[in-house]
Amino acid sequence: MMARVAPSLRGKNTRMAMTEQTTEDPKRMAEFEARIARGESIEPKDWMPERYRSQLIRMMSQHAHSEIVGMLPEGNWITRAPSLRRKMTLLAKVQDEAGHGLYIYCGTETLGVDRTELVDQLLSGKAKYSSIFNYPTLTWADMGVIGWFVDGAAIVNQTVLAKASYGPYARAMIRICKEENFHKKQGYEIIATLASGTPKQKAMAQDAVNRWWWPSLMMLGPSDANSPNTAELIRWKVKRKTNDELRQRFADITVPQAQAVGLTLPDPDLKYNEASGHWEHGAIDWDEFWAVVKGNGPCNRERLAARRAAHDEGKWVRDAATAHAEKQARRKRSAAA
Amino acid sequence: MRKSRRAENVRPRPERNLAGEPGSTGSKAPPADKAGDGADSQWPLWEVFVQPAQGAAYEHSGSVHAPDAEGALQNARDVYSRRGEAIGIWVVPSTAITASKPEDQGPFFDPADDKIYRHPQFYKIPRGLKGF
Repeated sequence: MMARVAPSLRGKNTRMAMTEQTTEDPKRMAEFEARIARGESIEPKDWMPERYRSQLIRMMSQHAHSEIVGMLPEGNWITRAPSLRRKMTLLAKVQDEAGHGLYIYCGTETLGVDRTELVDQLLSGKAKYSSIFNYPTLTWADMGVIGWFVDGAAIVNQTVLAKASYGPYARAMIRICKEENFHKKQGYEIIATLASGTPKQKAMAQDAVNRWWWPSLMMLGPSDANSPNTAELIRWKVKRKTNDELRQRFADITVPQAQAVGLTLPDPDLKYNEASGHWEHGAIDWDEFWAVVKGNGPCNRERLAARRAAHDEGKWVRDAATAHAEKQARRKRSAAA
Repeated sequence: MRKSRRAENVRPRPERNLAGEPGSTGSKAPPADKAGDGADSQWPLWEVFVQPAQGAAYEHSGSVHAPDAEGALQNARDVYSRRGEAIGIWVVPSTAITASKPEDQGPFFDPADDKIYRHPQFYKIPRGLKGF
């Protein structure tokens, strides 16, 4: 018997609208759940519930958008980096973020959604991205803290996502995790240098830590009690840890690193629990988190405006590349004729 | 336009040509001259395969969009080899790839299942023989 062959490597996205009720074939659904339970990897052309597909499209595209928007706060400082070494490394980091966005867009496309559609959703303001990038970068020390805290938190999250049940997502995460350690180290080096510098430099580092600590804790997502998607994503092994578990891990890693460079974290309630072995932080201001998520953070509008401007100003480059490809194709045809 | 198509697209998506135009099928060659149309449209998709080291096999890395093969190669280098991960890159139009279907996995691969004599463990050799 001849097996049917599929023309492309993509999955098909037949129903974009999220269906809240499960209308899936129970038998296929049971098979799918059994595969997940066995720890199998789901690949683009495998059968999957539409809800799994739509949740992944939502989550992965938000993740990709975050990488792209994440270039903006740091991009602001490339021309103002204090030395050539710092400029080179910051530039390389921002280039990596672009690459990371592309890895994840590529993974999202395997679910049967077009890249242009995803980009449209970002530019129109319809799509969400990480709340953290809606905070301003006021001083050079912010470049240090972003690498240390923001990339540090991202590593905690992505290390776990590297075991996600959807193959293309997990593979993109593995690739990203390999590169992300450089980001965190370059940030921490900036902070360690400032913290051991003049009193003014140390104060600058401390100020940046004070401004970024809470938003960094928030970026790992709403608390488990208010995270409507978590249970389903954990059941399908897209997520392997809850937001609060990831947040705890981030705090446990980061507090000793702050102590090592003589900086304090702006939380009077922060304390080490001998019994559990965890650093317990104080209450998070979730009102601030939701305000930023809903578009009212300090820089939401500025970030989107900058992204749109970059897209519009890049149009001539895309047009030129298209025209060049057309010209080459014409030349090839006339040479063959 | 793409969005309205999505809503109607309840069947498996039609094979796209490389310009990403809906509904046009059959053309396997990259129609670079149709990629732009002056509008801000999506470039064709290319699958990227990377050879990580001398003597190693090419492995799938991911995909890139580009207006032509040359551009795809350059984009693939920038996206998938920023740290010397490659000594060689292949880019292939995504639509040129034919893949087996997961639902046919059983019947497609089972001819191999009952041929255990293709493995060396199937054969007996005299006891006491060292270093076969």
